Amino acid sequence: MSQQSRAETTVVNPQLGLAGWWRWFWRQLTSMRTALLLLLLLAIAAIPGSLVPQRSADPNGVTAYFADNPELAPVLDSVQLFDVYSSAWFSAIYLLLFVSLIGCVVPRVKFHWDALRSDPPRTPANLTRLPAHEEFTVPGKPEAVIEKAHALLKRQGYRTVRFDESTPTARGAKAATASTRSRLSVSAERGYARETGNLLFHGALVGVLIAVGFGGGAGFAGQRVIYEGQAFTNSLLAYDTFNPGRWFDASSLTPYTVTLDSFNVTYEEQNQDAIGQPLDYTANVTTQLKGEVPQQAEIKVNEPLRFGNTDIYLLGNGYAPQVTVRDPEGTIVFRDTIPFLPQDTNLTSVGVVKVPDGLDEQLGLVGFFYPTVSAGHSGAFFSMYPDLIDPMLTFNVWKGDLGLNEGIPRSVYALDTSGMTKLTGQQTALASLELKPGETVALPEGLGTVTFDGVKRFVSLDVHNDPAQIWVLFFALLSLGSLLFSLFIPRRRVWVAVTQADKSSSTVSIAALARGDDVTLDDRVRELGELIRRA
Amino acid sequence: MTDSLSQFSVLALYSSMAVYAIAFILYTLDLAGIGPARFKLVRIGLSLTWLGFVLQSVATVLRGVAAGRVPWANMYEFAMTGTLMIVLVYLLVNLKWDLKFLGSFVTGLVVLLLGMSATRFYVEVVPLPPALQSYWLVIHVFVASLATGFFALGFALSLAQVLQERRERAVSAAVAKRWAWLSRFPESATLENYAYRLIVVGFVLWTFTLIAGAIWAERAWGRYWGWDVKEVWTFIIWTIYAGYLHARSTRGWRGTRSAVLAMIGFASVLFNFTVVNIFFKGLHAYSGLK
Ligand code: HEM
Repeated sequence: MSQQSRAETTVVNPQLGLAGWWRWFWRQLTSMRTALLLLLLLAIAAIPGSLVPQRSADPNGVTAYFADNPELAPVLDSVQLFDVYSSAWFSAIYLLLFVSLIGCVVPRVKFHWDALRSDPPRTPANLTRLPAHEEFTVPGKPEAVIEKAHALLKRQGYRTVRFDESTPTARGAKAATASTRSRLSVSAERGYARETGNLLFHGALVGVLIAVGFGGGAGFAGQRVIYEGQAFTNSLLAYDTFNPGRWFDASSLTPYTVTLDSFNVTYEEQNQDAIGQPLDYTANVTTQLKGEVPQQAEIKVNEPLRFGNTDIYLLGNGYAPQVTVRDPEGTIVFRDTIPFLPQDTNLTSVGVVKVPDGLDEQLGLVGFFYPTVSAGHSGAFFSMYPDLIDPMLTFNVWKGDLGLNEGIPRSVYALDTSGMTKLTGQQTALASLELKPGETVALPEGLGTVTFDGVKRFVSLDVHNDPAQIWVLFFALLSLGSLLFSLFIPRRRVWVAVTQADKSSSTVSIAALARGDDVTLDDRVRELGELIRRA
Repeated sequence: MTDSLSQFSVLALYSSMAVYAIAFILYTLDLAGIGPARFKLVRIGLSLTWLGFVLQSVATVLRGVAAGRVPWANMYEFAMTGTLMIVLVYLLVNLKWDLKFLGSFVTGLVVLLLGMSATRFYVEVVPLPPALQSYWLVIHVFVASLATGFFALGFALSLAQVLQERRERAVSAAVAKRWAWLSRFPESATLENYAYRLIVVGFVLWTFTLIAGAIWAERAWGRYWGWDVKEVWTFIIWTIYAGYLHARSTRGWRGTRSAVLAMIGFASVLFNFTVVNIFFKGLHAYSGLK
């Protein structure tokens, strides 16, 4: 090899190589095979998220998993197994899949666009070579026969084009009567909507993906607990928890208030197999947009309230006892209605009362509420029915430092007892405090009194706004609709060619070709033949 | 009243299982080439399947009447309605194509599932909890059950296709005759075609199920998609069947490989119904089992 040619290769190769390599890569990525493998990979990658609890769907499950498997959990966490569906590897698979999809579909759109505007292709010379074909003779001149066939195909929704060919017969000079043997044919095609549907289907999937991605970013989700008689305002501060999307703008919150007027629950009372099962939850609320008249509305489990640019869902409920604490002189130092968290189907509920000021010591009361109290063999209380038949509230009293002054946000549902001393209940000399509605009992050590004034129902509302949700639905339905076209509309080409058989009859050849799966092709050819013979 | 209705329902269900079991024996004897005039056995088998279907329909309707709602709100009822759909699809398709050779599979599977359901999943009629009180329960679960019917037959046909293909290869290589019972099945290409045409219908229904489920989830839980375990498996199944459809247009994947995907798809459907419902924790805790 000469110097020169070697120099040439070194100059030319890398350029060609890079472009070539890229083209090769792109061709691989947008091939059917890759699409298939990525689809299967996506299915497999989705599995672990159903085996391991996910932070997004079940955060408590994740906490519990860490507690139960202290060795394994961090390892799983390091490969994002608690966040499978937002993990780098899961995202990589579906993003590649969609890149592949776009790369695959775009050229097909152009191809299909051209096909839509061009005529069906020329009739092949030899129709009997096609797998589905038929040949027979009918009376009539070729012109008349092809006219009928053409009309038939048009009526069946085919796009058609006529060809009129004169093929010189071999040694034409010899046959003086018919120096040319002419063939009249129709080339017909139908079912373009199959490909249109397929392209639209894939495009709609991209639409779903984009709308889903956008929706998560633009909206918000907030939670708020309110008890009967209480109202909340749709503003950032009013929410117990608030999860804004990346592009969420707080000024977009519609100013309104929602007041819980009453919360009604119906329980099964007849069916022995389901006594106490809730049959209906209805939250009766008053809604009011700023500056407008209040409106009555209902929120139920499967019937969210669509109001003020938000959707308000009834996701949980429970009891909120009203408690008053007084100092030894009888001055009220605390009065509130406190939502208790339900623990079981009979709504045994747990809650915390924190009294930071007004007494000699800070006070924490850990309460149990039983809507229908009963005592087991051991004397421990439990609730035997979820409705308020014989309610009771018990408290264990702690004194000491509530830890509220350290600036650390504290859960209203939990008491940090690390700086506190237990005064009643197990491991102390005194029994827990027990109160029926309206009762007042003395706190230990002469700290004061506590009164159980009554109990209200509370509801836990989720307030959502997802401006892209309607687009997700639109694209999902579009994909379903176009899928029907893509799968059930047969795409096929049909050719009918007619030549003169003798003075008063013609020979008809029919052939058909399907694109995609079409097992009925032979039947279609036979039917068409039948129609032409009868016409 | 409710009690006696649901007892009649159980009675009708057990009767249908007995009838299916006899049909299963006849279908299987026919496949094994035992008995007089073979073709008559399958005919009787088919008639018995119709009878079993009528009995099971009575059982299902009575259960619904006893409960005062659609009879698909817990595992026991899902199994009852789901298997009814499998039989329905089998019977309807038989009006068009002769698929009696699948009788053994269909009746066998249905007896097995119903037996498991009646002994392990049975629960008394209880009212719907608020979370299930929605017309989406009617639509979403029914369409899912119907899709299951199509996927089940698609599974059987794909399995038959794979076996038939091996047999055809053995026959053309003049290897010893194996699996003589398969000689009563259509050739593998025909089986593949049937399988495809049923699975495509199942796929459309499943796509609808997925979308309807998301719409319902939005109403009931405040979000249309949250990767709850049941949602995950619905998605996995959908993706596997999308893979199946692609496989059929991918060179080297038509035939056995795509058939295997169809079989994995239905295995996932069964997994979703049994293991996921019973053992996986999630929002869809509607098995009714304690
Ligand atoms: C999110 C990923 C995808 C999904 C869920 C999906 C789903 C589907 C479904 C359900 C079908 C059946 C409809 C029909 O046969 O007309 C189909 C067909 C098809 N897909 Fe996809 N697809 C995806 C990505 C891709 C990609 C990346 C490509 C290109 C490489 C592709 C190319 C095709 C083609 C050519 C057909 C027609 C097959 C035929 O005519 O039988 N798809 N797809």
